[in-house]
Amino acid sequence: MYRYDEFDTTFVRQRVDQFRDQVDRRVSGELTEEQFRPLRLMNGLYLQLHAYMLRVAVPYGTLNSRQMRKLAFIADEYDKGYGHFTTRQNIQYNWPKLPDVPNILDHLADVEMHAIQTSGNCIRNVTADQWAGAAGDEVEDPRPYAELMRQWSSLHPEFSFLPRKFKIAVTGAASDRAAIAYHDIGLRLTRSANGEIGFEVLAGGGMGRTPMLGVTVRDWLPKDELLAYLEAIMRVYNLHGRRDNKYKARIKILVHELGAEEFTRQVEEEYKRIDAPRVMPPAQELVRIKDYFAPPVYEDLPDQSPELARCMSDDADFAQWVDRNVVAHKQPGYAIVNISLKPVGGVPGDASSGQMRAVADLAEQKSHDEIRVTHEQNLVLPHVRKSDLYGVWQTLKTHGLADANIGLATDIISCPGLDYCALATARSIPISQDISRRLGDISRQRDIGDLKIKISGCINACGHHHAGHIGILGLEKRGEEYYQITLGGSGDETASIGEIIGPGFSSETVTDAVETIVDTYVGLRQDGETFLDAYRRLGPNPFKEAVYATH
Amino acid sequence: MPLIKDGQFVEDSWTVLQQDDEVPPKGDVIVPLERYLSDTDELNRRVGRVGVALENTADPDDIAPYLNDIDLVALTFPAFTDGRAYSQARQLRHHLGFGGELRATGNVLADQAGFLKQVGFDAFEVTPNQSIDIWVKASEAVTLAYQRGYDGNRKTRDKLRPSPLPQHPSDCAAVAEQSAPA
Repeated sequence: MYRYDEFDTTFVRQRVDQFRDQVDRRVSGELTEEQFRPLRLMNGLYLQLHAYMLRVAVPYGTLNSRQMRKLAFIADEYDKGYGHFTTRQNIQYNWPKLPDVPNILDHLADVEMHAIQTSGNCIRNVTADQWAGAAGDEVEDPRPYAELMRQWSSLHPEFSFLPRKFKIAVTGAASDRAAIAYHDIGLRLTRSANGEIGFEVLAGGGMGRTPMLGVTVRDWLPKDELLAYLEAIMRVYNLHGRRDNKYKARIKILVHELGAEEFTRQVEEEYKRIDAPRVMPPAQELVRIKDYFAPPVYEDLPDQSPELARCMSDDADFAQWVDRNVVAHKQPGYAIVNISLKPVGGVPGDASSGQMRAVADLAEQKSHDEIRVTHEQNLVLPHVRKSDLYGVWQTLKTHGLADANIGLATDIISCPGLDYCALATARSIPISQDISRRLGDISRQRDIGDLKIKISGCINACGHHHAGHIGILGLEKRGEEYYQITLGGSGDETASIGEIIGPGFSSETVTDAVETIVDTYVGLRQDGETFLDAYRRLGPNPFKEAVYATH
Repeated sequence: MPLIKDGQFVEDSWTVLQQDDEVPPKGDVIVPLERYLSDTDELNRRVGRVGVALENTADPDDIAPYLNDIDLVALTFPAFTDGRAYSQARQLRHHLGFGGELRATGNVLADQAGFLKQVGFDAFEVTPNQSIDIWVKASEAVTLAYQRGYDGNRKTRDKLRPSPLPQHPSDCAAVAEQSAPA
């Protein structure tokens, strides 16, 4: 994992002091709320329905045990004993008090963390494949580049007052677990025809009111040109992105209105004028960063673990958990453990301070001190010996963290919705809880198989509903919440935008509709066909007919 | 509007003219881009310096042919959240090599001062109630920058901890030049 040096430490401390001064000026009345707003937003502090909300950056979703314990400490000391992991691999606290925030930031700085640019119209926390460095399908580990971009985007002098927020995701794998096509910029490490590794660069993806998939602006970019090329994209966007309408201000609208070809031409034109060697870090800087991401020292193990096989045959619950939550590691004898934060009927992404500490302990003892946060609001122990899996599972079980539902119907993404969020038009957490309870029987979930249900409580789509196999969007009409359903969305390497199936449903009937859709799939699927595959084969009609005939 | 340069209030010698204002016979004037383009020769010939005010939708390339005759470019922030002029400034300084005064006008806040300097601004029109102490403090709150190749006096990592090796071909050339016999 990356570690701060003197430069990073000083930088973050200065930012904390700067923010402390801004808070003091707000409290004294020297700054109006209007003047303070963009300043606090640049530091992850929102004013929500009931309180301030602080969003802490977890750069590309990586944490060590010390950091996780500090997050637990903050939850206990300054919040109500829990935190909420988000779809940007961050963590949010829902109840901090304004004068406490600078102290929270100081605590975070103690463990090399911050809240810089977790909100506001700037470059947000860069996200990455949660299995980076552990997955077998990787061309190269994307984290050093994510770290390079974290540094480059932090307090960027030119790109801190953009038309709208800006999200970058990077993956090094063929299977896209970072949803790069749905990002303002998506990056994929890939090999050129002659075998050299570089980036495929996508731009103009996004969710919100007008969902769009990114277009490829460069098939292949040499790795050492990354920051200069990003600068070109950002400058074209900063100068020409629309500022007259908040809903048309994302880069996707600029790309769409100019057309991919003209947008690309403008970027390339700008890129030619950039003095790339002046902008790019010297080669040894990337070497310095990469050193921190060297693989942990693995034991030389046989790939098969007799203990694991024995425990799986003795304990059916454990075997089910291994089947859904554990995936292959590139190192023989090791596995990637996915920890579900989606207990049946629970709040997706919430973790108590006790759970955070339990995960921290496991990471320290069993996973080379590494934890990942996923954009699907779960946690990962990326490097666990197969022979340790049974013990890890037992510990998770005692902390309510052993749900064997990764990728199943109850592994729902949900934004906080109207229970917390000032922008929301409808509740989303209670809907996810209702669906989770309805479909919660584990054998039923396993029979349904891979299914991504994603719920947003407003058009901003923080719950990624456009990318849900079943997407649910909460809206409001004449004081009543109602829920629109989309089908067929996907955020993976076959990315697609879900299609609205028809009129919306009330909060009382939306769960019935989801269940009908699921049952329709179960009735129509062919051997081994997932929900998404079946939908792509069948189209929306059988689902529409079933839903609107019965509701 | 009060003007800040080099961390202090200074006398503003420039008169801002609108599109149809009469041009005084002497003294420094700032004119809108359209005025400059229509009366270029007249403005360049008169006694006194000339500056050009660009809207934040203007393309700095439009004044590229005239930059040797222009002493000041004023860029504007209609709202402090509208950041287009940061990129215009960067293009003027780095693509076009503009070396004159680059003035930030409009909604210019102390908390932006550091960023403004980094993209090349060196003069700032601020609101009458701006305290110079707060301005200076805010502009120096962060002394480090991750971004290489920007202006201002924030230190990049290489400057904080100089690298023992030449980093780029241009640096190698510089090293070779310095070590060459006189």
